[in-house]
Amino acid sequence: MRFIFKTRYEQDLVLFKHPGQKFWYAVLMALLLLAPLAVSEYFLSQLVFIWIYSVVGLGLMLLVGYTGQVSLGHAAFLAMGAYTEAYLQARGWPFLLSLASAAIVSGLTGVVIGLPALRVKGIYLSIATLSFGFIVEEAVTRADSITGGNTGITLGGLEIFGLPIDSEARFYYVSLAVLIICILTVMNLMRSPTGRAFVAIRDSEISAQSMGIHLARYKTIAFALSAALTGIAGALYAHKLRFISPEQFTILQSIEMLIMIVIGGLGSIYGAIFGAAFWILAQQLIVTAKDWLPPEIGQQTGLQPSIFGIFLVACVLFEPLGLYGMWLKARTFLEIFPFYRKGMFKRQKSYMKSERLK
Amino acid sequence: MTAPLLQAQNLAIQFGGLKAVNDVSFEVWPHEVFSMIGPNGAGKTTIFNIISSLYKPTAGRVIFEGEAISHLAPYEIARLGIARTFQNIELFEHATVLQNLLVGRHCQRHSAWWQDLLFTPRVRRTELQFRRHAEEVIEFLDLQHYRDSMVVNLPYGVRKVVELGRALAMRPKLLLLDEPSSGLNVEETEEMGFWIEDIKNDLGITVIMVEHDMSLVSRVSDRVLALNQGEVLTLGTAAEVQAHPGVVEAYLGGVDV
Repeated sequence: MRFIFKTRYEQDLVLFKHPGQKFWYAVLMALLLLAPLAVSEYFLSQLVFIWIYSVVGLGLMLLVGYTGQVSLGHAAFLAMGAYTEAYLQARGWPFLLSLASAAIVSGLTGVVIGLPALRVKGIYLSIATLSFGFIVEEAVTRADSITGGNTGITLGGLEIFGLPIDSEARFYYVSLAVLIICILTVMNLMRSPTGRAFVAIRDSEISAQSMGIHLARYKTIAFALSAALTGIAGALYAHKLRFISPEQFTILQSIEMLIMIVIGGLGSIYGAIFGAAFWILAQQLIVTAKDWLPPEIGQQTGLQPSIFGIFLVACVLFEPLGLYGMWLKARTFLEIFPFYRKGMFKRQKSYMKSERLK
Repeated sequence: MTAPLLQAQNLAIQFGGLKAVNDVSFEVWPHEVFSMIGPNGAGKTTIFNIISSLYKPTAGRVIFEGEAISHLAPYEIARLGIARTFQNIELFEHATVLQNLLVGRHCQRHSAWWQDLLFTPRVRRTELQFRRHAEEVIEFLDLQHYRDSMVVNLPYGVRKVVELGRALAMRPKLLLLDEPSSGLNVEETEEMGFWIEDIKNDLGITVIMVEHDMSLVSRVSDRVLALNQGEVLTLGTAAEVQAHPGVVEAYLGGVDV
């Protein structure tokens, strides 16, 4: 465990807490930039999926992990982003403009969905977002003049400032850049008053409002920003797949994204990235493992969902902070070796919340 | 004679058939510690919740600095300079002590959410200013040791102090303390007493306090309001109230003659 001697208040605001962190992030960045030279096209494509799902994870983390509002309809925002991008690109809008529009359209939809969130809480909010997901799925299927209905739309080639993004490597850099910008934005948000207000709402609405936080306003902002990030991911997703149709944005997709961030670890940016990486890599591992397993197990339908389900249950039971929690423990173990104690991260139980104000 | 800071005029609130508070009036003067005592269910916390607008009174009104405030939303009450603590601590548990204190500065933020996204120089400036304000509270309450600890890992007594600190970080004009000594041991209660005196004398903040510990009440309060069954029994100094026959009856039951 590292203790930083702080002499200036600015040190609480910096993004990198100590030089070691700066060094390791620089190394990571260099590796990621060199990756297209070293790995196969197929693996590169998997990395692109990780970046895209990380952006989704960030958006969902903002809403679920930081603001404590559970959404079961986030695939709808992904769809909004994807279809906006497809629609605008077909009409010759430059990529950066259409990407921004995808974020805005999706974000505005988020505001509309945020409205019931001001009135309903907990499971009722989940149901409201769930039904929103169905409505969008249905609307996308019916509005075939814009969306192509069940036949879907194919996207044209991507071009940024005249540079065609025609290889996997180029798209890799584009999506990596978008992800890094999104991460920095969320980090900025979480060190500012708005981010703190989100956390306050998550932990105690009653005292958040007594501290002067306008609940309705901040919940709406949370929904809008979360939706906008998911919309950005949707736009990238559309370009990655080159073809989008309604069955890619079902309730199943929404739930998968939610499970992804829970496994990654709620309430941290790492959690969003770890969750996305796990999600994509585990799928690959399962596909590979199928050939090795005896056919009775390997050919079973539902192998993948059951494995993810088991992981989810294991997370809830043993490691509520998910992969991020494991990472935290492993890192502490190495940092203070050999002084790590088993109960170091144990939280004491408290039984004082007898009658809470609702 | 100065004007009262807060006036409650004929407050009443009804939950179904239950009159939780019935025709309660009182005035709180600037720079005093005003305590409310009474047996369980007397309506003390309910009055707090009316002042902070979590409940709307069925009749009567609350006037703060000459303005009626009962129609305002809870977050607007905070902006007027009324801070409060809760009977069952309501801290932001999965945040550090420092972050909790910084939320207390929320009302003073000037930046819009999109400026926060970019962390503009203006946001940075106010953040540094907030950080300094939070540090003043940390110093005042001796919380240096816990600055970066998560609240969820802190013992009960410290949480109580952190909650007081979070309310102080708002730099309020009026501070509502709901049972500041509940769950504290004798030593911690004594410390709480010193802080309440300091809050009044050094910071010049008016305090309204709901409290059961009579030794703490007698030590710090200028005036005491005794309530029973939602109605005012008596109002006066701690000694006067304790000697009042109605108060004795409310706590111990009537004398059979």
